[in-house]
Amino acid sequence: MIPFILILVGALCLKGVINKTRARLAGRTGVPFFQPLLSVGVLLRKGEIYSTSSTLLTQVAPALYLASTLGAALLIPLGVFPALVSFNGDFILFAYLLAFGKLVLVLAALESGSSFQGMGSAREVLFSMLVEPCFFLLLGTLALVTGYGSFTTIFAKFDNMSVNLLMLSLILAYGFLNVALVENGRLPVDDPRTHLELTMVHEAMVLDLSGVDLAFVHVAGWLKLSIWGLLAVNAVIPARTTGWMLVGWALVALALYGVIIGLVESFTARNRMTKNATYLVTVSAIGLLGFAVAFVLMTSGV
Amino acid sequence: MMEQNTLDRWYAASPAETAGVGTIPLTQIPMLPYAAFAADMRALLLLPDGTPNPNNRCVAYFAVREKGEGGLLCYALVARDAERDVLAGGYELDYYREEFPPSLAREIPALHVYEREITELYGIRFTDSPWDKPLRYPFNRHHRDDSIDTYPFYAMESRDLHEVQVGPVHAGIIEPGAFRFLCDGERIVHLEIALGYQHRGVEALMAGTDNRLKQILLGESIAGDTVVGHATAVAGILEAGAAAEEWTGRDVIRCERAVALEMERMAVHIGDTAALCMDMGYQTGHVACEALRTLVINAMQQWCGNRFGKGLVRPFGAHHRLTLERAKHIETTLTEVMERYRTVGRDLLSTPSVLARLEGICPVTRRQALRVGAVGPAARMAGVMRDVRQTFNCYPLSGFEPVVIDAEQDGTHGDLLARLKMRLREAEVSYTMIMAGCKELAGRWFEAYPAPDYSRPMPAEALLFSLVEGWRGEICHVALTDTEGKMAAYKVYDPSLHNWMMLALSVRGAQISDFPVSNKSFNLSYCGHDL
Repeated sequence: MIPFILILVGALCLKGVINKTRARLAGRTGVPFFQPLLSVGVLLRKGEIYSTSSTLLTQVAPALYLASTLGAALLIPLGVFPALVSFNGDFILFAYLLAFGKLVLVLAALESGSSFQGMGSAREVLFSMLVEPCFFLLLGTLALVTGYGSFTTIFAKFDNMSVNLLMLSLILAYGFLNVALVENGRLPVDDPRTHLELTMVHEAMVLDLSGVDLAFVHVAGWLKLSIWGLLAVNAVIPARTTGWMLVGWALVALALYGVIIGLVESFTARNRMTKNATYLVTVSAIGLLGFAVAFVLMTSGV
Repeated sequence: MMEQNTLDRWYAASPAETAGVGTIPLTQIPMLPYAAFAADMRALLLLPDGTPNPNNRCVAYFAVREKGEGGLLCYALVARDAERDVLAGGYELDYYREEFPPSLAREIPALHVYEREITELYGIRFTDSPWDKPLRYPFNRHHRDDSIDTYPFYAMESRDLHEVQVGPVHAGIIEPGAFRFLCDGERIVHLEIALGYQHRGVEALMAGTDNRLKQILLGESIAGDTVVGHATAVAGILEAGAAAEEWTGRDVIRCERAVALEMERMAVHIGDTAALCMDMGYQTGHVACEALRTLVINAMQQWCGNRFGKGLVRPFGAHHRLTLERAKHIETTLTEVMERYRTVGRDLLSTPSVLARLEGICPVTRRQALRVGAVGPAARMAGVMRDVRQTFNCYPLSGFEPVVIDAEQDGTHGDLLARLKMRLREAEVSYTMIMAGCKELAGRWFEAYPAPDYSRPMPAEALLFSLVEGWRGEICHVALTDTEGKMAAYKVYDPSLHNWMMLALSVRGAQISDFPVSNKSFNLSYCGHDL
């Protein structure tokens, strides 16, 4: 239960942390911390407009997207705190719940008949495809090291305080952070703040959505940000911490995660669209590196 | 040779002595047969091997209806950088009796805008025209049934390519304009830019009034980001009749206008650097430059009460003297701005993620720039030395050195990086010029300061032209006066008119996601084109 609550807390606050970090670094006050919530509040009171070419799918897609994300959130543990739902191989369900959400959103985007949304969908699918190996390599590494097959058991057993595994833990955290940046459409892969349709990835797909539908997509976005954040946090929290100490660790690390995203977005320009593919393959290479390190460690019998 | 003979008949004006302004008596402009005119244009604008002549360019080419008769009088002005003069020639066309003339744009692509305008206004269909499409759909167009909604876009049959239409309504607060991309996946095969959503009738309004104040106010409103540039051009036309000696305070006014022009240039270049950074998603450069631009335009406001320089340029005088106090304020502010802008420039040119977005992206070759007749920074960044300040304006400030991005010195030119460097360096030159101007004016504080004069006559039966290097490039205004010295016709040529084609060429074969950055790097005017 605790990890799920932390995800919800993160979902509500992370956008605010990123916005504030960016604003501070730009020398501005920035929008109020809870502005994203207020915006969604406005959206929830509005009605939807649908493209003439859209079918029922467009109307249910945002709800499915949100539901699948929520479902994925149930599978995430925090250190020794177990997830609400856990079974052997649950990380595969996790990956494909998120992928399912993306699939319905892509289909809905294609239905709108807009060329922007077609381009956005193509890019989103390509990037997701390229980043998927990284996720599975990272998880495979963890499974290899701990010998278990579900999020809850893996993270409960993952002892990153030994000298050998500390390095691995950092590689994992870095890998998860990069997957998080891609999956959430943040810089340097995507720019969530751009107004230029031609450069959009995730934003282009939701151009046609409005009202409650758009609010659902936003909320699901926050959740995803928080879910990936908690995964990265899981990789770095010291093993055998528990109780309030663990909750405190998680909150601090989540805030740090938000600050890091804010820093990246302030001080680097966005990648060229063609460079993204190379970048994502590099991210997968990090996963492979983690896996190789773990494999060497395990087989050398340390 | 036949060609040589007719070229001698062209009237040569020397605007270099009169700050880019020229007066040509209408009777002195030779009305040639079209064949001779075309041969002359070819001789002037092309080198013997058929490539564009880098020193010469057509700055105006337009038609007016003959008084009382059905014919058209066409005039062309060709600026020659090497000789520092402007040649005027023309031809008569009685299109009720004659065949349509053959198009010159096939050999000299830079002329396409002029020919398209003549076609659009008078229904002259130049034969063999390579790009026979309406230019801007003005309210007084020949075919009223044509509208931008029926713009003949290129279409493609292939199922492998797809079309992306951006605009005419854009995200944000920019003006209307339609961009149609033919794409092969993420790669742009062809971009077609269709403008003509605004029908303001600037030229007709200008010619339709004798109120000089109204005319200069109209001039200030031609393009919101080039207020000083266009107003200076209009003022040049209105002042064309007065000789230097019968106008006291001329030097002070000219110097002030030069300072204002450079401040406008500096503000826009800094603002564009910000916009460029924004489109690359580089927040640091974006916010830093935006803050700096505000300081520059605020200094302008402190001078004349308007951040964009409205109310500053008036014929034969001005209301806002650049006093020692104001000059001091400008000097201190801009020195501070320039120091910080240099820091931003160094930061940009040393940030790998920024350079990766700029180097070698969206290039335009020197040859393309010459062929489409690019002007201003858009031409200079591709290595074409074109600057009215140097050739015709007879700049009142000494030590002016135009910036040109040279392929040998800078390694490469024509790409996005060259366009950024152009802005960084031009802002530097502008800063030097502003400082020189303030110093010059400080030495003239005791001189008389003329008030605007809205009543002086313009020369009768003349073609007046005014060339100004605005921040975007060469601004050319042309006026025809009647027998009483009243304005009979007015033509405005904004640099955007020529440079839009550069944008289209720069993204050919590029990634579609790079288009917005290239668009910002040119920052062309929609209203300057649509008039």
